[in-house]
Amino acid sequence: MKPFTYERAASPAAAAAAVARTPGAKFVAGGTNLLDLMKLQIETPRHLVDVNRLGLDTIEPTAEGGIRIGALVRNTALAADARVRRDYGVLSRALVSGASGQLRNKATTAGNLLQRTRCPYFYDTNQPCNKRQPGSGCAAIGGFNRNLAILGTSKDCIATHPSDMAVAMRALDATVETVMPNGQTRRIAIADFHRLPGSTPWVETALVAGEMITAVTLPAPVGGTHIYRKVRDRSSYAFATISVAAVLRPTNGTARFAFGGLAHKPWRVEAAETRVDGGAKAIAAAALAGAQTTDQNGFKIPLVERTLASVLAEGAAA
Amino acid sequence: MNDEPAFTLSRRGALVGGAAAAAAGAVPIDAGAAPTGPAQPAPPTVPVRFTVNGKARALDLDPRVTLLDALREHLNLTGSKKGCDHGQCGACTVMVEGKRINSCLTLAVMHDGDAITTIEGLGRPGDLHPMQAAFVKHDGFQCGYCTPGQIMSSIAVLQEIKDGVPSYVTADVAGSATLTGEELRERMSGNICRCAAYSNIIAAIADVAGAKDVA
Ligand SMILES: Cc1cc2nc3c(=O)[nH]c(=O)nc-3n(C[C@H](O)[C@H](O)[C@H](O)COP(=O)(O)OP(=O)(O)OC[C@H]3O[C@@H](n4cnc5c(N)ncnc54)[C@H](O)[C@@H]3O)c2cc1C
Ligand code: SF4
Repeated sequence: MKPFTYERAASPAAAAAAVARTPGAKFVAGGTNLLDLMKLQIETPRHLVDVNRLGLDTIEPTAEGGIRIGALVRNTALAADARVRRDYGVLSRALVSGASGQLRNKATTAGNLLQRTRCPYFYDTNQPCNKRQPGSGCAAIGGFNRNLAILGTSKDCIATHPSDMAVAMRALDATVETVMPNGQTRRIAIADFHRLPGSTPWVETALVAGEMITAVTLPAPVGGTHIYRKVRDRSSYAFATISVAAVLRPTNGTARFAFGGLAHKPWRVEAAETRVDGGAKAIAAAALAGAQTTDQNGFKIPLVERTLASVLAEGAAA
Repeated sequence: MNDEPAFTLSRRGALVGGAAAAAAGAVPIDAGAAPTGPAQPAPPTVPVRFTVNGKARALDLDPRVTLLDALREHLNLTGSKKGCDHGQCGACTVMVEGKRINSCLTLAVMHDGDAITTIEGLGRPGDLHPMQAAFVKHDGFQCGYCTPGQIMSSIAVLQEIKDGVPSYVTADVAGSATLTGEELRERMSGNICRCAAYSNIIAAIADVAGAKDVA
């Protein structure tokens, strides 16, 4: 690790101001992604602002009948919360499909949303990567890209976003709450939170410098059958090849489907959700419209369709 | 075992010497990755106080020191192992405030005031923790390198099931998990055993949990 200085923040607004004020500063929450990348010198912050212990670790009801999840709520605590297990089962399932028991005890809600891609070339500092080193090129295009994105890609980057939690939050219409360095707060719909690479793959979210996530809110429960199905190279402790977050037969509206492993954001096409009567084929065709595959990752298209078929069958049996 | 067993220094000295020789010279190993490029001045140290295995400890640390390195290199508690140093293998698993975590992916200075339990805090020869005894009885290891992490995780897994934490194989997340082999294997997947003693590890955990017919 490169040398850095360390401070414990006194409040969320003070933490945001400290990160905005100090050159090369970053927040540290669970540390499970940031420290990993710092050891590899992919991240080289010069100052860390510790945002643990600011009282952002509770899950509270909202006036609208939903819940507000503090940014520092650990992944295990969120997955095990009685309200989440009962009313937002897809979120609980997505969380426990990710990482390991030890990592989930440390990983936080905000850190999980902001974890960086698992593209192998992003991790290999000997390779060009526009995300790690703007303008250096993309080794994945034309390289080993079997697990990379098929939607929302650009000629500069085809990385996916690796979070399972975020995929479930997309299906649940979550909102990210933040505090800015000037103390103002704002709310960002999860659909607008993660950015597609375009010509600036290093800009990954809608956050501005120093902006700190304080909470994620979920609207009132929509009922229905909640399923999170993750397909991967081994049956546990591996990132998604593809994943499907589904809420079937919600009390109002149509079914909801969000997909992981396809893009640099959880992928959801609301128009595809009106096609449930057409079965997995029709839903997949609408959700994956415009997909651009490489010679290695074209299998993700039939894999999504078959996984959807399996999810629909499980939902019908439930 | 005492807090600082007498044999650690010599055994550790030999291991460190070997590793340092292989890594070209006497590179200090506490600060994580080996430095590249010209040396940079060390950042100011940060005081940290925590309790390790019931004993109060006060250290003044370079903020780069991970909890794992603080335990191993500063407190001579070498039971927690450094396998991958990237949160992938589970050999560094310790309990912080009663919860298992990878001590390699957290900074020691982030744990001011915390209570930490390592494998040294569980039992001692002649007075083993039931999980340690079960690992011996069921032959839950071969080379033993992953064993401290496996045992810390095993104890935590049984507690997590009691606390109602669901897993990816729990049929109904709103209900409670049953003690099956499938549940134990899923929950133990963050601890890798290169000797593949997995089936005996599951047998040891099932024995402690009083679960029968776990396969
Ligand atoms: C071996 C391994 C396997 C894994 N497998 C999976 C998997 O299968 N699925 C999956 O989804 N994830 C997986 N993960 C990733 C894991 O979920 C993330 O590492 C974790 O969620 C990150 O959370 P954290 O709190 O530790 O973040 P940190 O490492 O503390 O922070 C991550 C980033 O978020 C920023 N940040 C943190 N908090 C805030 C805040 N409040 N406001 C603004 N910025 C903030 C930090 O500056 C940093 O840039 C795996 C990780 C490992 C090591
Ligand atoms: S796909 Fe994106 S992250 Fe991967 S090498 Fe290309 S630019 Fe880097």
